[in-house]
Amino acid sequence: MGDGRLLLSEFLLVLRRRRNQVLLGLLALVTVLIGVAVDVSGPARDGEGPAFLRSITDNGLFLSFTALVVSLPVFLPLVVSVVSGESIAGEASTGTLRYLLVVPVDRTRLLVVKLLSVVLFGLLAAVLVAVVGAVVGAVLFPIGELRLLSGTTVSYGQGLLRLAGVALYVAAVLATVAALGVFVSTLTEVPIAAMAATALAVVLVEVLDAVPQLSALHPWLFTHDWLAFGDLLRDPVSVAGLGHGLLVQACWDAVLVTLAWARMTTRDVTS
Amino acid sequence: MGPSTEGAAVTTRGLTKRFRGGQVAVDRLDLDVPPGAVYGFLGPNGSGKTTTIRMLLGLVSPTAGTARLLGQPVPAASASVLPRVGALVEGPAFHPYLSGRANLRRLDAADRTTAPRTSAARTAAALERVGLSAAAGKRYRVYSLGMRQRLGLAAALLRPRDLLVLDEPTNGLDPQGTREVRTLVREVAADGTTVLVSTHLLAEVEQICSHVGVMSAGRLVAAGTLAEVTAGATTRVRVECRQPAVAVTVLTGLGVSPVRTEAGTVDAELATADPEQVLAALVAAGAGVRQFVLARARLEDLFVELTGAGFDVRG
Ligand SMILES: Nc1ncnc2c1ncn2[C@@H]1O[C@H](COP(=O)(O)OP(=O)(O)OP(=O)(O)O)[C@@H](O)[C@H]1O
Ligand SMILES: [Mg+2]
Repeated sequence: MGDGRLLLSEFLLVLRRRRNQVLLGLLALVTVLIGVAVDVSGPARDGEGPAFLRSITDNGLFLSFTALVVSLPVFLPLVVSVVSGESIAGEASTGTLRYLLVVPVDRTRLLVVKLLSVVLFGLLAAVLVAVVGAVVGAVLFPIGELRLLSGTTVSYGQGLLRLAGVALYVAAVLATVAALGVFVSTLTEVPIAAMAATALAVVLVEVLDAVPQLSALHPWLFTHDWLAFGDLLRDPVSVAGLGHGLLVQACWDAVLVTLAWARMTTRDVTS
Repeated sequence: MGPSTEGAAVTTRGLTKRFRGGQVAVDRLDLDVPPGAVYGFLGPNGSGKTTTIRMLLGLVSPTAGTARLLGQPVPAASASVLPRVGALVEGPAFHPYLSGRANLRRLDAADRTTAPRTSAARTAAALERVGLSAAAGKRYRVYSLGMRQRLGLAAALLRPRDLLVLDEPTNGLDPQGTREVRTLVREVAADGTTVLVSTHLLAEVEQICSHVGVMSAGRLVAAGTLAEVTAGATTRVRVECRQPAVAVTVLTGLGVSPVRTEAGTVDAELATADPEQVLAALVAAGAGVRQFVLARARLEDLFVELTGAGFDVRG
């Protein structure tokens, strides 16, 4: 299928970009650093530091969860902002956009391919943090049966399965950042502006989410349920928070993708 | 040849582009490029050539008017017609950190209508054709201006085309490169490909183009075969003689003007006067004619005549 070919080419282009490799490297580094810091300084006290931090010394798998909690508010959205802001604006600024369009690549198809490749990159980033966390955790700390938040214990295999679920959820929330970034990217020919605007927009929404006076608004902010993935670590898994989170994300995705499409298909390409 | 190549390769009717801000870049353009032609698309800087090409390729949407490529309406039928069109628009543009070859492979991957299996071979052939085989593995970043231009041409030649749209293909090329582009255009034209080439090198146009169209301020001010268009220009006469003053009197008497005198030579635009009679009159008057040269207007003179001699671009 022709689209698979273009998507592969696009995704490889993103992966081959040195800057993107560095960003992935930094994400892995943050994860390793948390592991090493906990290993050196011993277990955290109750209520100290980010969620799951205390459990790392009981089970190395919690390093993955901790690293995801730490990376989700800033690092991961930043990485996705960079890659998504680049997507269309980068092609416009180098002038390659006009050559893709005259190949011809249908504008809608190009938008979908660009968006999918950023979403895939977000998934890769989430999986990278999870995998690096699991490996480093297994090396530095004991592993085995996992004590969940609800107090029950599950096998390590079951724990890995839940980690996969968490990584997928994180990738899903990053998809919203991807949609936002791609939309902003259709508005400009300056990639750095699109990256900065996307990252700032995410931070802005997070700030709004932290203002108690706006609590009526909170359930509809796309960052509000980002950390709801803790629900996957209960027995039974409670899906209410996750479900609401995914629904809100889906609404944002739909709006942002529609806006991006409207802009992309009517834009005069004069770069 | 399919039925659609029998009609005009490019037709526009009333094609207009008014940019946001009110700038009318292309103004009710009626362009006709016959099939098989090598069409020189001329005009001063800012006269609307690139904007026209962008509209033909679906990059910019027209404010008014219609356009057809290879018989099909664009942008409505762009998806089916553009694979048959190779284009170089306002200079080459590629990903700087990919090699020339990788850049072409990427463009080929974007084309749904080509077979992935032949991609490597077609890419290599296109690079060979523009003399870039040796530099194919270098990153585009380090390409020289001419190498970049050549890579742009290679992209336009990735597959056989029915129409090539080349916007200033010789920009930045060395003399050999310019000659190669000329040869290349002749070759593809000999294969039946129509070529629409925008350029400022009028000497090139005189050598390779069968047709020309001249743009000025967004409008087409002259169009037709090269011979037709240059026929419209006035023939000049240059008389070298012993007594220029006598020659001037004779020429003025015959209604030939304006007249310019310069150290023993007299220059004049012949207009409708018959050169044989002019020469006879000059000899009879005893002007002492040493040389009598008729100069068919060069494209450059015509160009200046049509588009104005001013150096400043239109705002
Ligand atoms: N995006 C734009 N917004 C506003 N005006 C534009 C835009 N693009 C082009 N123009 C204007 O349209 C006019 C025609 O430009 P165009 O690039 O088509 O000229 P051209 O004939 O290709 O010139 P050149 O020989 O210098 O390449 C110019 O006055 C230019 O300033
Ligand atoms: Mg131009």
